[in-house]
Amino acid sequence: MDVTLTVNGSEHTVDVEPRLLLVHLIREELELTGTHIGCDTTSCGACTVLLDGTPVKSCTLFGVQAEGRSITTVEGLMDGADLHPIQAAFKEHHGLQCGYCTSGMMLVGAALLEENSDPSDDEVRHAISGNICRCTGYMNIVAAIRAAAQASAGETAVASA
Amino acid sequence: MLPSRFEYHRAATVEEAFALLDRYGEDAKVLAGGQSLIPLLKLRFAAPEHLIDVNPITTLQGIAEEGGTLKIGALTRHNELIRSDVISRGYPAIAAAAPQIADPLVRNLGTIGGSLAHADPAGDLGAVMLSMSASVLLRSSSGERTVLIDEFLVDTFTTTIAPNELLTEVHVPTPVGRSGGTYLKLERKVGDFATVAAAVTLTLADGSIGHAGIALTGVDSKNVHATDAEASLAGAAPSDEGFAEAGRLAAAAAHPVSDVRGTEEYKRHMIEVYVRRGLARSLEMANAG
Repeated sequence: MDVTLTVNGSEHTVDVEPRLLLVHLIREELELTGTHIGCDTTSCGACTVLLDGTPVKSCTLFGVQAEGRSITTVEGLMDGADLHPIQAAFKEHHGLQCGYCTSGMMLVGAALLEENSDPSDDEVRHAISGNICRCTGYMNIVAAIRAAAQASAGETAVASA
Repeated sequence: MLPSRFEYHRAATVEEAFALLDRYGEDAKVLAGGQSLIPLLKLRFAAPEHLIDVNPITTLQGIAEEGGTLKIGALTRHNELIRSDVISRGYPAIAAAAPQIADPLVRNLGTIGGSLAHADPAGDLGAVMLSMSASVLLRSSSGERTVLIDEFLVDTFTTTIAPNELLTEVHVPTPVGRSGGTYLKLERKVGDFATVAAAVTLTLADGSIGHAGIALTGVDSKNVHATDAEASLAGAAPSDEGFAEAGRLAAAAAHPVSDVRGTEEYKRHMIEVYVRRGLARSLEMANAG
């Protein structure tokens, strides 16, 4: 069955079985392997992508359901050669160790900052509560997302100055 | 994990959904948010031949108060319940429960209609709707009927919905007068099913309890409506002793089983505690009114 979707700004039409999960469409058909498969049971959030800007677990959605929708994966965060503020902050604040949860954490963080430009620790922790990290203890992830908020605020201030 | 093969049908309108249900209903499942159904398909606990995707039907979304009834479209996502001013203002049990369902990403897709039609005894909204005497609107090509949630929820994963029917709306009576409500959930971690949870509502009439609504999650083969506990409170003056007795009656109405989340004895004890606390909290809200 043909499905046409936009991924990171590019439109793709792929012929898939209806039972193919979105995460497999992204990884195997489009060969974007930054989206990970962790638990495969809707628990861990490693497969998080943005569906029209909203974070969802791509292991719990069929590829055919993305017909006409816009998907952002971790590969879509960069702006040309420049890291997204959330990527720069994860790098700067050591918001990752093994990296497995990182794409999901950054996408959830980026979606949060779209809604709330200056989230508190509690708000960040709430936003990432569907994403599991087994390395960092979350401290540096929270610090990185908050730092990204500050960096974005700084950029806006510079831009408007 | 891949589900078994199925034929995928996309419905853009309720009429299209009805036509597909007429044709395939016996061998079909309706795909709403999919946050319970897709895991079941992946584990092959369910293997329908046809999947009818109703997500494009935008008319199934929305929250509106109309003549003493809150009408919630079946496709309304859990996070929309959280963001709704109407709900945060007037329906405290729903407002308390919604942020405790699963996790934020699941709530972006999971729907109220899907959750109720799934009829998982660990489902949070089933208990909330029992405590509020809610109904569901079931529609098909041949008509529609409104079914009280008590009659709709039959057993684990079993409801009275017919193969050709679609759950399109949830109807919740608007609480009248001084009232309060809450949802207390004991869970091991975010995203886990409830060890025990209690939905409680309370309405005062001339200083006495006009009506109390009490229902439980995760402690039987379906959500438990603790009607004996409710009856013990009707017409009574609110008191700590009365609330404790209602907690005991609610615990007696449940059939929890010992599992990784706790022993039967522990769960019964926590029902008592949560019903008592929920009533006290609801009374505070009603008095603040």
